Amino acid sequence: MSETSWFSEFPQMDRADLLAIRKTLDNGYREFSRSYGDIIESFFDPLLIFLVWFEKLLINAPWLIVIAVIVGIVYGATRSWKLSVAVIGSLLAIGYLGMWEDTMRTLSIITVCTLLSIALGIPIGILMAGSNRAQSIITPVLDVMQTMPAFVYLIPVVMLLGIGKIPGLIAVIIYAIPPVIRLTNLGIRLVDSEVMEAATAYGANRWQKLFGVQLPLAMPNIMAGINQTIMMALAMVVIASMIGVKGLGQPVLKAITNQYFTLGLFNGLAIVALAIIFDRVSQAYAKRSQRHIGGAHND
Amino acid sequence: MTEPQIKIENLYKVFGADPDSVMDRVKEGVDKNKLLVETGHTLGLKDINLSINPGEIFVIMGLSGSGKSTLIRHFNRLIDPTAGKLMIDGMNVLDLSKKELLEFRRHRISMVFQRFGLMPHKTIIENVSFGLMVQKIDKKERLAKAQRWIDDVGLSGYEDQYPSQLSGGQQQRVGLARALCTDADILLMDEAFSALDPLIRSEMQDQLIELQQKLHKTIIFITHDLDEALRLGDRIAILKDGEVIQVGEPQDILLNPVDDYVEAFVKDVNRARALTVETVMKSPVNRITAETIGGALEQMRRFSSEYGYYVSDEGYQGVVKQETLETAVMDESVGDDWHEKYYEDIPTIAPGDILEVVIPETLDNHVPLPVVNEEGDLEGQLSRAQISKVLSNT
Repeated sequence: MSETSWFSEFPQMDRADLLAIRKTLDNGYREFSRSYGDIIESFFDPLLIFLVWFEKLLINAPWLIVIAVIVGIVYGATRSWKLSVAVIGSLLAIGYLGMWEDTMRTLSIITVCTLLSIALGIPIGILMAGSNRAQSIITPVLDVMQTMPAFVYLIPVVMLLGIGKIPGLIAVIIYAIPPVIRLTNLGIRLVDSEVMEAATAYGANRWQKLFGVQLPLAMPNIMAGINQTIMMALAMVVIASMIGVKGLGQPVLKAITNQYFTLGLFNGLAIVALAIIFDRVSQAYAKRSQRHIGGAHND
Repeated sequence: MTEPQIKIENLYKVFGADPDSVMDRVKEGVDKNKLLVETGHTLGLKDINLSINPGEIFVIMGLSGSGKSTLIRHFNRLIDPTAGKLMIDGMNVLDLSKKELLEFRRHRISMVFQRFGLMPHKTIIENVSFGLMVQKIDKKERLAKAQRWIDDVGLSGYEDQYPSQLSGGQQQRVGLARALCTDADILLMDEAFSALDPLIRSEMQDQLIELQQKLHKTIIFITHDLDEALRLGDRIAILKDGEVIQVGEPQDILLNPVDDYVEAFVKDVNRARALTVETVMKSPVNRITAETIGGALEQMRRFSSEYGYYVSDEGYQGVVKQETLETAVMDESVGDDWHEKYYEDIPTIAPGDILEVVIPETLDNHVPLPVVNEEGDLEGQLSRAQISKVLSNT
């Protein structure tokens, strides 16, 4: 009889044991965050100061100047009048519909997240490309980062750092950084081996090879990674707003709980507009700066 | 005899997880396939011994999989050997520290690649000056030097183009200019012309020969094309399954192939294009030195031939025929200045001439052509029979 029950029902761990495991882990982590939370938080202070400063800058600056700067960057990167006019139009619409401040908040956190992802992601990608061992360790970590539901890693971050901008930033980066790492790694590995051999044969050292050959030739892929990272960061805006990141995500969250369809739609469209601006600008810039590499790598 | 500049001694290369563990078996001479099946290691190069002289074009030739590309990558240590020595100017390149190796690659040795290996993101002039940029030479100076080499290989006007805008032949000229730009005295060429179409290839071969006459570099040239090897090489090494099976001058390889493998190789070669007159000619037997017609006839009858080469103290003078002399000797009016009147209208050829060039002349004349060197001395003779023999000998 006992055998059939073993066969039809999964042999489960004892409930008490399971509870004990959960309790110990939770308590251990709680202890850890209680004793080290402040230190870790203060470690992020400079970042927080910068984040707040940048957000204030965008919000407090006269909107005309902000639009002028954004359009200047857009035109500088793409040399396209059409796109510049479209950007002016969408920014004016956002402002007219009362979403200017939230948009500036989102813009600031996305910009900082992207810059940090690039600053961390490219070196990690380079490390991965240089060693198969590093690749075999980092790849599964990236897989977990991309598939683990964002809410799950929000918990420890919030336990450790509380609610606010920094935990939001960390959550966004965890979610958004894998593409830039993966594509930096891929881009460097795809550099023609004969070109690398040539660089070695003429006596280039590691840094000369990295900055003179590998990174420039991997750039189309790295740019594609950066583009993906930006898109994923924007997608995280709503989830990040759940832990206190202000911006376009909060009205969307409010719209969900209260079933305000129009509010949700407008703010959603504002996120889309930001995404399109980031995407077109980064892609056009990548294409323009890489046109000489020819058909082999790009297009 | 000059000291060899490069000496390779007992060089082995084994690919696999732990090459050292199988070295004993390799040195015992275990079969390549057996080694692969039993240990999972691939024998790349086996007991290579070569000496290469300064200023020569040394061709390493073999089919794909023979290990030639592996071998050439040992010279600048793009690949490190499992065992052996690689001496360049008396210094073992394998003992160099990391830093010394960089310096060695920057100043002593340069390389031309099969698929060119150009940097697609750099302009032509930046590519050519790449070796100098790595050496951190001032920009103005390196561009000026690169410009000179661009002019030399005939690419003036393309300086600011990108490699993708150039044809294959032009790209390889860039590769060649880049290799020459560092003034390295050893030049490695890994199937440098194999990716080019035949017409461009022979153009590039001519250009290389022309440049080499000015530069006298030590060139190690890899190819799978025996015609190319014979054309360029001062000496040729033939590689098969990672072993050198014959080293020699082109005509040695053509005329005395060491085994069936080499013989099969040389069978299809255009010998007329590969051999020079020197290697085929016979030493001249019919020398006439007598002053008088009578004496000349006398000499000619002695070696029972219908013709003779008249040679004086000043060297070769001309060809005379027995029947002409027979008539002339009857003529009382002919004095001691008879020689010039009775020379046959026979062209002379030089010992260094390519066989192909002299075939028509040889076939047009029923008398073997006199081979006369630069000093005007008679070195040998070349007959129709010799040509047909060497060309039909398979």
